[in-house]
Amino acid sequence: MKARITITLKPGVLDPQGKAIEGALHALGFGSAGNVRQGKYIEVEVAASDPAQARAEIERMCKELLANTIIENYAYELEAA
Amino acid sequence: MKASVIVFPGSNCDRDAAVALEAATGTPPAMVWHGDAELPNSDLIVLPGGFSYGDYLRSGAMAAHSPVMREVVKRARAGTPVLGICNGFQVLTEAGLLPGVLMRNATLKFICKDVHLRVEREDTLYTRRYAKSEVVTFPIAHKDGSYFADAETLKRLEGEARIAFRYCDRRGQVTPEANPNGSRNNIAGIYNETGTVLGLMPHPERLADPALGGTDGTKMFKSLVESIAA
Repeated sequence: MKARITITLKPGVLDPQGKAIEGALHALGFGSAGNVRQGKYIEVEVAASDPAQARAEIERMCKELLANTIIENYAYELEAA
Repeated sequence: MKASVIVFPGSNCDRDAAVALEAATGTPPAMVWHGDAELPNSDLIVLPGGFSYGDYLRSGAMAAHSPVMREVVKRARAGTPVLGICNGFQVLTEAGLLPGVLMRNATLKFICKDVHLRVEREDTLYTRRYAKSEVVTFPIAHKDGSYFADAETLKRLEGEARIAFRYCDRRGQVTPEANPNGSRNNIAGIYNETGTVLGLMPHPERLADPALGGTDGTKMFKSLVESIAA
């Protein structure tokens, strides 16, 4: 199965990159852009075809490496590879 | 004192650390490749600065899971002193040996300059040669050096006197203006619960020889030699 993983900064964690992106959007004339937060997107394929098993594997990957849960949240969607 | 320096792909201060260690101990440290599962008996383990694994994903994240780190974590938990400088500090947080995380600098810029630090404790393995509240000059060279931890963790670190160094001005005042990267509480370095593991963003090994323009870092390596011999 294939997982589409999104990693985002937790609310309250400062995001200077998001702020810089917001500033650039404003400079381009998108004056209404606000609260820009940036994150990461990762795709991973796993051999498991059973969603529960794939989910368990992806959870471990997120917790052990892909996200730093002190500052980041993760979410994912599973689909047939 | 037998020291080991761990070398990751992308480490670039491993030799600086080795030179500073040899100057303090009289013997060159063992240079241990990250892929080695075996680590020589060591009185001190140093995780050097650099950009391990290109700092992909997050600074220090991949290095924290490299084969040799399993052994480093085991030794650290058993009491072996472990010093993480710059990227080494990032690796220590990612490996769970120190709390918190080093985030992108508030300015978004890579900052390479000498900074003033206040020595918060003079009674540790690493600092016995310094005076309490002594102001020292160490260089910083990083883009991800903004120390972050949640309020509860910061309170614990402060309460347990685990802040090793704070960014300050030349008179030792800890001010927002003296904070180069947005670190919480101007934190430049912290200890673990037992004071045996130290992580810091500034580079003591880069000002440890008069030819480099300063020797404030030398005392850290001499402190270690004395502490470990004691």
